[in-house]
Amino acid sequence: MTARHDLLALTDVHRAYGTGEARVGALAGVTLTVAAGELVAVMGPSGSGKSTLLHVAGGLDRPDSGDVSVDGLALGGLDRTRLAAVRRRAAGYVFQEFNLIGTLTLAENVALPLELDGLTRRPAREQALAALAEVGVEQAADRFPDEVSGGQRQRVAIARALVGARRVLLADEPTGALDSVTAQEVMAVLRARVDTGAAGLLVTHDPRMAAWADRVVFLTDGRLVDQTAPTTDAPAFLGPRPLVEAYEDALDGER
Amino acid sequence: MSVKHAVLTLLDEQPLHGYGLKAEFERRTGGTWPLNVGQVYTTLQRLDRDGLVRAHNPAGDGSVVYEITPAGHSTVQEWWGGVVDRQAPTRDELTIKVALAITTPGVDVGQILRRQRTASMQVLQALNRARTQVGEDLAWSLVLDRLSFDAQAEAQWLDHVEATLRRQGPGAPPAAPATPRPDSAARTGGFDDLSATTAPGGRR
Repeated sequence: MTARHDLLALTDVHRAYGTGEARVGALAGVTLTVAAGELVAVMGPSGSGKSTLLHVAGGLDRPDSGDVSVDGLALGGLDRTRLAAVRRRAAGYVFQEFNLIGTLTLAENVALPLELDGLTRRPAREQALAALAEVGVEQAADRFPDEVSGGQRQRVAIARALVGARRVLLADEPTGALDSVTAQEVMAVLRARVDTGAAGLLVTHDPRMAAWADRVVFLTDGRLVDQTAPTTDAPAFLGPRPLVEAYEDALDGER
Repeated sequence: MSVKHAVLTLLDEQPLHGYGLKAEFERRTGGTWPLNVGQVYTTLQRLDRDGLVRAHNPAGDGSVVYEITPAGHSTVQEWWGGVVDRQAPTRDELTIKVALAITTPGVDVGQILRRQRTASMQVLQALNRARTQVGEDLAWSLVLDRLSFDAQAEAQWLDHVEATLRRQGPGAPPAAPATPRPDSAARTGGFDDLSATTAPGGRR
């Protein structure tokens, strides 16, 4: 059996905001792992703790208790400087609103976390171009964000999230501002990037986007209440006979 | 689904025999709704009786080929020109089950909603996998998209039911029965049912 390589691991994570009467529990004991090559979707109503989960997973927010580790590194004991370094090197975010810097080209946007991390301009640009090629936007590398479409901007955000050595992609409603056809294209790109060995955690309220995940977990009141079984079986009505064989038979009959 | 109109549409393009019709229909719609041959022949006989198609035997060997008549052609044109009748809301089992669950004492509505939502998501995941395998076939992929929009609507409706019950709170009465009985103590279906079961991995 191949060892499962968890790039992201949350263990019994609790997080609450406010104090006393006004204390609001956001996460109430969440345990979740995401392995290399795995995409996990988190669904749940507003206020269920989805965004908090994402922030805690990427080190943007600290849990009150419980452990978070990213690419094998426990975040709990890190000071602010080292936590910031983890955010630059290990995990990248994709948000609904394409959070690219308008005065930088697409390549400069993608190279930015690498340069902040001390890489010089030339190798940073080379890695950025490679990351843009992975998402099919390399021709537009030297254009500015407002010169490309929303779908392309979101591809760039995905490229930036996984540029260089970054292997954890955290996405918060990445298709929320896109039409349904573009949204599916962006999800196909995100899925393909995860398939190359990254770990993806996707927060969405759209079941069709969540369907791209290997596993869908449901969050209610800060708790994971259910999850889909990891399965590769097609539902009965999509069994091999009607959908695949009959189709191929029909094509054969035509020739 | 209107087998009649599908059959007429295909015959409007070219004469076909029964099996050819079945194969062509399944090819054009991705095989998502397989027709059985008996259904095809029953439909053809009825269309022949009504003067919309005509059976003939060009080869003289007993194999029957059907071709469209001018009346059949007009029926196809009317079909394209009209809208599909959505009819009255269907007697959908899930809708009925949830409606009954909310007003039935002792039924865990939350669990019904959670299980069904998880099942809907698994259908969506399977459709998505099938969709990525279809590749360039436009008609087939659009048919799969339609199925996935249906599953999406079901999952979102389940979320809506859950959110509505939450908002009403545990003390909220269920929908009033058509004939209220003063002795009825049925007060279930609120959100207290949703939080009753322990979440896997969850901890207070």
